[in-house]
Amino acid sequence: MRFMLLMMPAGYGDAAPGTMPDPAAVAEMMKYNETLEKAGVLLALDGLHPPSMGARVTFAGGKATITDGPFSEAKEVVGGYWMIQVHSREEALEWAARCPAADHETIEVRQVMEFSDIPAAVRAAGSRE
Amino acid sequence: MSENVAGRAIDAVWRIESPRLIAGLTRLTRDVGVAEDLAQDALVAALEQWPASGVPANPGAWLMAIAKRRAIDRFRREELGERKRDEFGHLELARSEGAPGFEASLDDDIGDDLLRLVFIACHPILSRQARVALTLRLIGGLTTAEIARAYLASEATIAQRIVRAKRTLAEARVPFEMPQGADRAGRLASVLEVVYLIFNEGYCATAGDDWLRPSLCEDALRMGRIVATLTPSDAEVHGLVALLEIQASRTHARIGPNGEPILLLDQDRSRWNRLLIRRGFEALDRAERLGGPLGPYTLQAAIAACHARASVAEDTDWVRIAALYDALLEVLPSPIVALNRAVAVGFAYGPQAGLEAVEELRFEKSLEGHYLLASVRGDLLARLGRHAEAAFEFRRAAAATENSRERTLLLDRARAAGDVDFGPRRSTQS
Repeated sequence: MRFMLLMMPAGYGDAAPGTMPDPAAVAEMMKYNETLEKAGVLLALDGLHPPSMGARVTFAGGKATITDGPFSEAKEVVGGYWMIQVHSREEALEWAARCPAADHETIEVRQVMEFSDIPAAVRAAGSRE
Repeated sequence: MSENVAGRAIDAVWRIESPRLIAGLTRLTRDVGVAEDLAQDALVAALEQWPASGVPANPGAWLMAIAKRRAIDRFRREELGERKRDEFGHLELARSEGAPGFEASLDDDIGDDLLRLVFIACHPILSRQARVALTLRLIGGLTTAEIARAYLASEATIAQRIVRAKRTLAEARVPFEMPQGADRAGRLASVLEVVYLIFNEGYCATAGDDWLRPSLCEDALRMGRIVATLTPSDAEVHGLVALLEIQASRTHARIGPNGEPILLLDQDRSRWNRLLIRRGFEALDRAERLGGPLGPYTLQAAIAACHARASVAEDTDWVRIAALYDALLEVLPSPIVALNRAVAVGFAYGPQAGLEAVEELRFEKSLEGHYLLASVRGDLLARLGRHAEAAFEFRRAAAATENSRERTLLLDRARAAGDVDFGPRRSTQS
């Protein structure tokens, strides 16, 4: 089963454009990434620029509206993610717990919805045929 | 922490830590069976203590410390027993306990130890079945019960198989070493074969309600990826990983709503997992960049990649696939590869060319009466408009297959050959 570990650093919602993590923290994180890779569980990972360089698209009233970042009111924004393939929810949690994250950081662990998790009726509705 | 929650957390730690733990302990004890016993002792200690104390900050180091303590107790007992010194190659190590080398020997080159352990688990002295079970247990971190479930065998059978394998290794005094020179290639080939066997066991189980076995594919992929990081300069390891990633990308497209197999050319390609395909391409690229003649796994991965690149079946680069099959036939001469080549030739250069390639296989003993040969002939004949002959071949194939779903499909095609130009296109791959 696959899990996405979503890294949510507090305060990232209104970080200045181009904000980069501390080099020492990056070095630690790269070691962690390497551990995931060597354990054969890592499928993908990425770090994301702060919301001040992004935007939100909302759909109220059936119409797409674009709002540029930052989002200072947003408590939780994603700063990066890992996609891992493991045997159990506990294993995903154990890997998350090993992340050399800082005081202000939170990792949300979410299971990827697999095709086989989707009920047959929903699958049939989404099928091309 | 409730006991149940703690138990599952400990299982997770075990899966993550046990391969390195057992590898380090095998270096110490020179006996994989003893090493696993010690690791199990440490696991029992964790099960006793962690529910109350919580999982320690560095669970791997905690388990290793306990296991080492047990190892020392064991060595002392053995020394007291005054048994013959030459029975214990590991005595030296026990004596040097406390010397600076002891600690360091565990932490250095954990990767190398893990690779040595992989080589031992896949040692050619063991039967294939034993290699598979031992590898899943020692490298995959699976329990005996999990292996038994995956292989639809009883737990006692698997336990027995593992015990016997460890005894065989101990009796033959298989060294905990990195194979060198000419020996290395053969030993690595055995490792790759074991990983591929495990993957195929999961991949070929097509029963719709049996989701345990796809997890066997995930285990094989995980182990393949581990081996690839341990031997990054061996092209075929990356070739194998590429092949597995690309095959795994089709998992959800190759089984129909009623659990029936859907062959490659009929699959809904929008269901292929793009992430796994991309990983497969990257691994294939690594294999090809390492240079040298392409090995059988890399060539099969390259063929799989041709399919993965085509967003619809009609876009498949069959000319390239046919050429890759030519190369594969050189390194892996087998009638089934030759038959697959004929299918590719039939798509690349037309059904007449394909039929000629099949004709070359007519006197191949191992294909005699094989449903695939008849099925491929039937397909090519149908495309040539030779419907009566095609129907005859499909019926012959239906009679030869042992798979009832396959039989239904072939009989449908036999009927279809009678009244339409040709039925849905099929290849032998899925």
